[in-house]
Amino acid sequence: MTTPRTLFGKVWDGHLVRPSQPETPDVLYIDLHLIHEVTSPQAFAELWARGLNVRRPDRTVATMDHSTPTTPRGGEKLILIADDEARTQLATLTENCREWGIPLYALGDSRQGIVHVIGPEQGLTQPGRTIVCGDSHTSTHGAFGALAFGIGTSEVGHVLATQCLLAARPKTFAVSMDGRLSSSVTAKDLILALIARIGTAGATAHVIEYRGSAIRALGMEERMTVCNMSIEAGARAGMVAPDQTTFAYLYGRPQSPRGGAWDAAVERWRGLPTDDGATFDKEISLDASSLGPMITFGTSPGTAIAVDQPVPDPNGDQALAGALRYMALTPGKPLLGRPIDVVFIGSCTNGRLSDLQQAALVLEGRHVAPGVRALIVPGSEQVKRDAEALGLHDIFRAAGAEWREPGCSMCIAMNGDKLEPGQYAVSTSNRNFEGRQGAGGRTFLASPLTAAAAAVKGAIADPRELSC
Amino acid sequence: MLNAPFRTLTSGTALLLRDNVDTDQIIPARFLKGTSRDGLGRHLFADWRRDAAGQPRPEFVLNRPDARGAQVLVAGRNFGCGSSREHAVWALRDHGFRAVVALSFADIFRSNALKNALAPVQVGPDAHARLVKAGGGEVTIDLMTLRITLPDGTSSPFPLEPFSRHCLIEGVDELAYLIAQQADITAYERRNPVSLEGATHDV
Repeated sequence: MTTPRTLFGKVWDGHLVRPSQPETPDVLYIDLHLIHEVTSPQAFAELWARGLNVRRPDRTVATMDHSTPTTPRGGEKLILIADDEARTQLATLTENCREWGIPLYALGDSRQGIVHVIGPEQGLTQPGRTIVCGDSHTSTHGAFGALAFGIGTSEVGHVLATQCLLAARPKTFAVSMDGRLSSSVTAKDLILALIARIGTAGATAHVIEYRGSAIRALGMEERMTVCNMSIEAGARAGMVAPDQTTFAYLYGRPQSPRGGAWDAAVERWRGLPTDDGATFDKEISLDASSLGPMITFGTSPGTAIAVDQPVPDPNGDQALAGALRYMALTPGKPLLGRPIDVVFIGSCTNGRLSDLQQAALVLEGRHVAPGVRALIVPGSEQVKRDAEALGLHDIFRAAGAEWREPGCSMCIAMNGDKLEPGQYAVSTSNRNFEGRQGAGGRTFLASPLTAAAAAVKGAIADPRELSC
Repeated sequence: MLNAPFRTLTSGTALLLRDNVDTDQIIPARFLKGTSRDGLGRHLFADWRRDAAGQPRPEFVLNRPDARGAQVLVAGRNFGCGSSREHAVWALRDHGFRAVVALSFADIFRSNALKNALAPVQVGPDAHARLVKAGGGEVTIDLMTLRITLPDGTSSPFPLEPFSRHCLIEGVDELAYLIAQQADITAYERRNPVSLEGATHDV
């Protein structure tokens, strides 16, 4: 009888080119390498300098997302990139992809979008694959039962040249989430609650497997939201076992297998879930039914509380006291009613169709409060088309929100979309670090429902108070 | 990247006694628009070093005279969390740092550091407390013995995987090792011939 294995263990073992030796780590084969303009130019330059080739351009896909502008183009083809440096970076990616024959979803391409939105959307992200990208939110793709993790630029070079990585085998961490989510409580609230519980280094050196009835009940886009923020708990990756929900999402996607190959793939994927009796290095469980809508109050994603709770007292914690000074918040005071300046709905965490539909539920027939700027940024060209086919853009515009072009936008603030110093934003993105959304800017992380409610109220609000 | 062999380092320290120093603080995203790894040291900790008007904040450690020339940065727990940007390591290296001593490191930062001959030295709470008590001062990091000698003369071990240690002390890089695995990689690809299924990309 074979030893029961975890989902992670099966994927890892299946990709070992050379197992570890006492003096050397595992050599792991990478099925899919996603690249973008910000973390690839130095890797290509390294290859060039060393006279190396790209080994598998057919296993590499490029897009443009981080430094691209999201300014509405009004149907015109002309794309204004305000910044010379960004223009050079985008041109460098184009040149490198042409040189090596790497497919590129460039600005203006109908498949362009945030790298972690387009992978699943195109059917490139599949169960059992190893997927890497020079971006920490690569953990998103784990929602399909892929092993997906972020790497640095040196490693981007390693994968370009050899399609492999050297890696120490991570440990495993089972996170069980059971129970039914209450109304107005979303996947974003689940993951914020988990990070608040285990901390931003709670899963360092581990791969999380999300399990339990609350996870099974989530759609693929929601599972992606959960896996996306695994890195915010320090995890190397987050995974969900593939099931009927996964297969239904993937069926018929442009890069999904077809015909007999589809049946064979599903058969293979059915063997991936963790075997009964397999053990994990670490395990916790979380009662999903007891959660309310969550929001962060500090400058670390681990500082999430229920939106109707008061700002906690740092109780001598210097880091927390410093965070409250940066946020200019007073311990003991409620967050509800705290005026805000900007609402950002988008990003690889919450920039998919279902996220925009949730925002639209709140914004339909309502108006963004005076003085508040609301940016709604679809995660990809496909998300944009799908949202417009449903008329969501009309709802957003009628509500006084900006309907923008796809990209990372204000999550990373390197493309023109940013907060001004001192401004408060409720954002559906993934990081509330100091200055993340613009130097001096202050970020509250929340779900699309909570963010949209804040846009309407002009202040932090409880989405349960706005009947949808 | 090809690095010079790194065996021992004796240097002053700069104390940045904060936990969870994220890579957005080490180098903010607005400085990631270049295509080179050089010259990023001037943006290291940009928003902690300078105020909104671009003036140095005198209280920040890198602006203090006693930290000038220090090649070792000392921080708290979970150093380098957040974004995978290797620019954070390039900025630290370009500024002159060759090691970071911390209670713990985020995974991706640690991996990036090792690619660039920036030694991630993880010490226990006792050694860390002694270092903090000394208020900085000189340390010796010995990669041959995997020990750090603190300003008070005591020494403490730190962990480093054998392969990473080998790469640092011999100045060889992982890419050269991976390229040498060519035959195994080709054999793996023969055993697993499936390419990206359905891939019908127009380039």
